[in-house]
Amino acid sequence: MLEHYLSLATKAVFVENIALAYFLGMCSFLAISKKVGTAIGLGGAVIFVLGITVPLNQLLNQYLLKQDALSWLGLEGINLGFLTFLTLIGVIAAVVQVVEMAIDRFSPELYNSLGVFLPLIAVNCAILGGALFMVNRDYTFGEATIFGLGSGVGWAIAIVALAAIREKLRYSHVPEPLRGLGLTFIVVGLMSIGFMAFSGIQL
Amino acid sequence: MASVNRETLIDPLINNNPISLQILGLCSALAVTTQMSTALVMSLAVIAVLCLSNVLISVMRNLIPPSIRIIVQLTVIASLVIITDQILKAFVFDISKQLTVFIGLIITNCIIMGRAEAFAMQNKPSLSLIDGLGNGMGYGLVLMVVAFVRELFGSGKLFGYSVMPLTTEGGWYEPNGMMLLAPAAFFLIGCFIWVVRSWKTEQVEEDFHVGALLEPGHEGSLR
Repeated sequence: MLEHYLSLATKAVFVENIALAYFLGMCSFLAISKKVGTAIGLGGAVIFVLGITVPLNQLLNQYLLKQDALSWLGLEGINLGFLTFLTLIGVIAAVVQVVEMAIDRFSPELYNSLGVFLPLIAVNCAILGGALFMVNRDYTFGEATIFGLGSGVGWAIAIVALAAIREKLRYSHVPEPLRGLGLTFIVVGLMSIGFMAFSGIQL
Repeated sequence: MASVNRETLIDPLINNNPISLQILGLCSALAVTTQMSTALVMSLAVIAVLCLSNVLISVMRNLIPPSIRIIVQLTVIASLVIITDQILKAFVFDISKQLTVFIGLIITNCIIMGRAEAFAMQNKPSLSLIDGLGNGMGYGLVLMVVAFVRELFGSGKLFGYSVMPLTTEGGWYEPNGMMLLAPAAFFLIGCFIWVVRSWKTEQVEEDFHVGALLEPGHEGSLR
């Protein structure tokens, strides 16, 4: 059992890295990877939100939305699957809002470091993507928790690494039309090749 | 008036392209471009959702309280995406299966939120429709260019029809497998931006200014 979870975690962090293999959360990945400090803040916030929303959405999917999910209420043959998108995004937006308020109340230091990123995260496709992959692959609650945290960590590793590379790039001589976004794309492509070295690893 | 309409339609194609200049909507642009057919379906889905959401939000723009506008916009967009998803499942089931989660991810496609927030909230419905069409086509243009290169060199085909016969099937073309993998999409969009910016030199970045908008201290300009 532990082995299964460990293998799932490795897969989520390295082999199927949510940013470099599935291209999720690309907008903020490219736009907020200018400085290592801010990248760490955003990465932390993404781990946090993915770790909460994926298991929460798993519960909703299992007990509310799936085919025959309402049988615990004695209602048979009901499939609310068409509401999946709306529910997932609603939960994500609500959780982000609640988490933001809770952090503000209980830990102002953490709020100062994560706070500005939290509203942006509601529309980060990595979060919705994580939830949709969970629904698609039919994870159990335990698997969903591991998968959520794992993909968050994978995304955070990728953005911090990219930010570190971009900080160094500032001292290099780059052809003018390639400056900024163009070169960042090519660097991300090279990182993606690097992460492909992990593919095929089974624990 | 006609020139304003035309400018709203044409401008996002190259001059203000959502992908290469505004850095919006990248996630799906990279993932669905291994084949022309999936890229085409995805572009059409995004164009449809973008036009409809722009019109609906523009119609409601005076009724939406500013404090909850994000949630209202998300609900409108999510409902439209659900409809699109059901239509695709009904009529092009195979392609809908290949697109997997990326149809659902249209909800968080930043082009749609971005245009709703930046354009539809301030302009009347007809102009918003044109803006949606223009930005959708700008997105589609990049998708089709990238998908063309990836499918042609990755599997020797276009829209699933064999153009360059593969060696495995008795032809002469040795497929470049890397084109079908994730990194190729990054390289191709990077090169696309390079080409566009060599031609339109005013788009060259001085000092990463697009990213600077999102740095702490500047985030007010986004909301």
